[in-house]
Amino acid sequence: MKRLINEHPPHTVGYLLGLLPFALLLLAYVAASAARLAENPDDPLLPSLGMMLETFWRLATEPSRRTGELVLWVDTAASLTRLALGVGISMLTGLVVGILAGLIPYSGRTLSPLITAVAMIPPLAVLPILFITFGVGELAKVVLIVFGIAPFIIRDVQQRVEELPTEQLIKAQTLGASTWLMVLRVVLPQVFPRLLDATRLALGAAWLFLIASEAIAATEGLGYRIFLVRRFLDMATILPYVVWITLLAFLFDLLLRLANRWLFPWYGGRRR
Amino acid sequence: MIVTLRNVWKTYGRDVVLERLNLEVRTGEFVTIVGASGCGKTTFLRMLLGEEAPSRGELLLEGAPMPAEPGPDRGVVFQKYSVFPHLNALDNVLVAEEFGRARFTGRLFGGVRRRARTKALEMLEAVGLTHALKKYPHELSGGMQQRLAIAQALMKNPKILLLDEPFGALDPGIRRDMHALILDLWRRRRLTIFMVTHDLKEGFYLGTRLLVFDKVRHDPQAPNAYGANITYDIPVGRIEPELLEEIRDQTGLPVAPEAGSGG
Ligand SMILES: Nc1ncnc2c1ncn2[C@@H]1O[C@H](COP(=O)(O)OP(=O)(O)OP(=O)(O)O)[C@@H](O)[C@H]1O
Ligand SMILES: [Mg+2]
Repeated sequence: MKRLINEHPPHTVGYLLGLLPFALLLLAYVAASAARLAENPDDPLLPSLGMMLETFWRLATEPSRRTGELVLWVDTAASLTRLALGVGISMLTGLVVGILAGLIPYSGRTLSPLITAVAMIPPLAVLPILFITFGVGELAKVVLIVFGIAPFIIRDVQQRVEELPTEQLIKAQTLGASTWLMVLRVVLPQVFPRLLDATRLALGAAWLFLIASEAIAATEGLGYRIFLVRRFLDMATILPYVVWITLLAFLFDLLLRLANRWLFPWYGGRRR
Repeated sequence: MIVTLRNVWKTYGRDVVLERLNLEVRTGEFVTIVGASGCGKTTFLRMLLGEEAPSRGELLLEGAPMPAEPGPDRGVVFQKYSVFPHLNALDNVLVAEEFGRARFTGRLFGGVRRRARTKALEMLEAVGLTHALKKYPHELSGGMQQRLAIAQALMKNPKILLLDEPFGALDPGIRRDMHALILDLWRRRRLTIFMVTHDLKEGFYLGTRLLVFDKVRHDPQAPNAYGANITYDIPVGRIEPELLEEIRDQTGLPVAPEAGSGG
């Protein structure tokens, strides 16, 4: 018998072990739901899997009686547009400001204290300010996401730029590179994969700020829907929506991870 | 004179690193530099690079003050991190041409690119990397990475080539190959080389001139009050064993560092 830390599960067993907690949770839910529904078939708190599937299917395929729209897709499109705008703007800001702060001493000294200060402000605390300034429309929601994750991405990019070995920048200069060309050919390509990594880490926060702002003021969106139907204790809508959001979040994470692997084959192999 | 130092000092705050350096180096010399760890050899190269300015004295490149920042007239190879990890071998060398000729896009196209590529391929052939054009640095051995770094540095035809322990991390066998390579390049391309090494034998074998950096003045109360100076400036060719012994005693350097030391 080897020590516990040296025992590795075979491949398939490993997968099964990973699925086990999910299966157990599902089983526990089904049991609890069945027990509750047996007592009172109209109990809304723990709807059966069938009821949830049915609701989800209806939201995805049947036009709403009130607006004539396919609710799930309208919500998804609205939320993803906000998320994409917020995350996209944050990435661009992160790249530009991060490189300015990390590479060029003058802009670094100018920007670093500001970035540090802004990063300290709890984003949700400024949400009212954003709603007051930008109105309750799309802009405020996008700005909240940017406010929430851009400082993190900026600081990450800045740190990565500062971590580039000085030798590389000296070498580039001895090969005749200007500051601009160093940004273009040395810094940007090496920072980009890190930017994707930072974005992956920031996505969780981005969803949080998206749902928070949708909960407060919106007319459609995944977060808006969850908080709307909460009033009717409509768990049959809320639970599938949460699963749907989780699935989307998982997909984006996966996409960014794959993008890094395909676009930057040298990344990850450097440490030797 | 390609490089002239007149009473050059380098201090950091109250710490004196180098003091009273006087030196004249002619085009085509292969200057090797040895000295105890921390005595200021890298600092000396950094001054030649323009990364650091002398605190006092005059440092001239071809009679004019040394430019205050690195530039294409001075090539460099460090012990590590000399090549760009995100570019394959060919692009690592090609980028030197692109830096010089595509001031805005940093990329060459069409016929210009083809010519630059040909030049890069010739350079890679000269250092023996023709078989590894598409490999990224992390796929190359330490020796191959240094070959690549040398090829890169030579693309600009620098007036002086600065090498900071370029072979310090390589195995003895590979190091011998690299010696042959650098001597061959030095002769054929008439380079002027400054090379720092920890290996006294290497210094004697490669150089036409060996500089020994050491502190001659000591203050036990303030170890950094005095800096290192050039204590030996030997035209290589007459390697007497007693001299080797004497330098070794003075600097505490091993004649040949144990195999595989230094990473
Ligand atoms: N930027 C700096 N600020 C303060 N002191 C420095 C700085 N750079 C170097 N020094 C000091 O200068 C001295 C010489 O350093 P240097 O790196 O030139 O030594 P070296 O001869 O190259 O050593 P090694 O053989 O270990 O590479 C050291 O004592 C170091 O602490
Ligand atoms: Mg050194």
